[in-house]
Amino acid sequence: MSHGDHQIGHKGRLSMLAAAWVVARRDFTAILFSRTFFFFLLGPLFPVIVGLLAGSVGQRVDQSSAAPAIGVVMAPGDAQAMIAARGRLAARLGDGLPEMRLVKDASPAERADPGAVMVSRKGAYAGVLSGSPAAPVLSGPGPRITGWQGDVALIAAEARDGSAGSWPRVRLAKTAVPPQGDSRSRLRTAQGAQTLLFLLTMMLAGMVLSNLVEEKGNKIIEVLAAAIPMEAVFFGKLFAMLGVSLVGIAVWGGVGGALYLSAGSALALPEPAVGWPALIGLGVVYFAMAYLLLGSVFLAIGSLANTVREVQTLSMPVTMMQLMLFFFATYAMTQPGSTVEMLAVILPFSSPFAMLARAAQEPALWPHAAALGWQAVWVLLLVRGGSALFRRRAMKSGPQGQRRKWWERVVVEG
Amino acid sequence: MTGNVSGFDRPLAIEARGLVKRFEGTTAVGGVDLCVPKGAVYGILGPNGAGKTTTLRMLLGIIEPDAGYRRILGAQRPHDVAHAIGYLPEERGLYPAMKATEAIAFLGALRGLPLKEGRRRAHELLERHGLGYAADRQIRQLSKGMAQQVQILGTLVHRPRLVIFDEPFSGLDALNQGKLEAMMRGLAQDGTTVIFSTHVIAHAERLCDEVAIIAGGRVPFAGPVDVARDRIAAQVRLETRAQDGPWRAALPADSRQEGRFWHFALPNGGIEPLLRALIAGEAGILSLSIERAGLHDAFVAIAGEAAARALSTEKPEEPRR
Repeated sequence: MSHGDHQIGHKGRLSMLAAAWVVARRDFTAILFSRTFFFFLLGPLFPVIVGLLAGSVGQRVDQSSAAPAIGVVMAPGDAQAMIAARGRLAARLGDGLPEMRLVKDASPAERADPGAVMVSRKGAYAGVLSGSPAAPVLSGPGPRITGWQGDVALIAAEARDGSAGSWPRVRLAKTAVPPQGDSRSRLRTAQGAQTLLFLLTMMLAGMVLSNLVEEKGNKIIEVLAAAIPMEAVFFGKLFAMLGVSLVGIAVWGGVGGALYLSAGSALALPEPAVGWPALIGLGVVYFAMAYLLLGSVFLAIGSLANTVREVQTLSMPVTMMQLMLFFFATYAMTQPGSTVEMLAVILPFSSPFAMLARAAQEPALWPHAAALGWQAVWVLLLVRGGSALFRRRAMKSGPQGQRRKWWERVVVEG
Repeated sequence: MTGNVSGFDRPLAIEARGLVKRFEGTTAVGGVDLCVPKGAVYGILGPNGAGKTTTLRMLLGIIEPDAGYRRILGAQRPHDVAHAIGYLPEERGLYPAMKATEAIAFLGALRGLPLKEGRRRAHELLERHGLGYAADRQIRQLSKGMAQQVQILGTLVHRPRLVIFDEPFSGLDALNQGKLEAMMRGLAQDGTTVIFSTHVIAHAERLCDEVAIIAGGRVPFAGPVDVARDRIAAQVRLETRAQDGPWRAALPADSRQEGRFWHFALPNGGIEPLLRALIAGEAGILSLSIERAGLHDAFVAIAGEAAARALSTEKPEEPRR
């Protein structure tokens, strides 16, 4: 090798951001063009399966998230005729018609003010039908009952004379009552969003951990650590995987969107409180935060572990903890406004899940800004802590004495 | 500071005082002082576990010292001058799926070299060093020695002012070791400071202006190679025709006889008085040579017999974590 290679240097140290970008660019490109990314794209199949299983755990949520139904407060004969007509039509037309249930023990006050049924029955009904098949009156929140107006008219015509030839006019009585039925239904939206967020996060954090351990195996990590701060390495790795995941989400989103369009209302989830665009936007941001929080912990684990066995030993408790926090957040969303929900919002690792659920249930947006700030602080703290741990523990050389690492003692000595 | 005889009249590329590093109760480095002049080729010698790699890692900011002070190219935080430093770790590592050109450009990018310029220089370097044919091959497709050469080129692609090599000769064949030695001399000629650790003293003896000897996490000597050699007296080898006679009284008391040869340290008063006595005593001088002590002898004298034995018997280091 000759020595003519060194005439002019260049100047300028990399900023933290630029250094992180160098790492992120390399990782992003490498992962995107690897087999790993293919399996990553197949990942949603796993969440769907596990999500269905996990759904049974949130029994409480499921119980209260039944399909919205119309309570029927009519004279007994009329009520029976309406429900029977609905059954006949459903047999011919499918399940697109709203569920109708008889309000068996309606009080005189409820008969006088059918909208009160929705309050007194704790959200069992999303609307109330009164009057008669010839002159039906549908009470409930505006958007919901407007959507049902045609269906109810069809059912009333069927109930009245067994034919759908002449539809009666359905009078709408819009109520200011909070749509309890909708609120309950939104739990389903919230639960779906939470489960998706959790599974994506776990999958990505696992990938970033494998990536770091692989680099330790490649010995490249010392080159990185000598050239740029470890914080930059960690941030670069985290954001590269985030970028990869966003590409994946775009692909899945495209497929999901196509499915939605082809399946129509069959796949419809209840409208979230903040609206779909805001929920999707918040979902992406909370997904990023949940992933960055968990990923930074997993990177710290990667800095401690040298072997796959050590990775498994160390990541298992964190995974379990995250699972507990996920269930905690799921439980907390059934207790809006309670101390439990506030705790789920404050705890950094459950905060993204709890806040996403809140977005599905509550329309206010400012709490999300505060929560995102709070979570970002924790991401910074965890990355700094993880990189400090890496510097302190990972780059050892020479004799280390006879002391075992504490987790080795736990594993080996039981 | 122990045994540091480096001159302070030259500007320093590295200045370190009392660096200490402990790992889980074990002191890996117990107070290292180093002064490396700019433009020097500086060797760090020591057996395995002496603390060489840990010292280098502290100098580079990969790990933080528990105590002590360091200044690299005038900066207290090594990462502030990372763009002017090149580092080849003992445990070589590149991304196996990366092409050689990309690997070199990536290593340059980590030091602030724009990727496009890095690729251009990578092609140029590979061509110049006879590896042009491997430019588009993945690292996993290269031999270990070739991959190591690619990493060395990646260490230099951003044209650093200070290059630190940790055991650079291990893994290279004799031909490439020679090329690397020539390259290190060339770097120094161009004003680049070169520091390398090694347990092969011959490399240090051929290349270094100054050395630091590390043993047991400390530095018993740091300074010019000549000063290290001068720590022990030159050895005299005398061959005489006569086996005995009054001239023998002139020989130093610790002289050792092997046949017609006598071995002893050069007396403090020089060789001339002894020569006069030998001639007067009709010793019949057949040959006489004065051999200056080698760096290995100096190492033995400075670091101790145990360290020297370890140095001569050790195998290439394996990572111990």
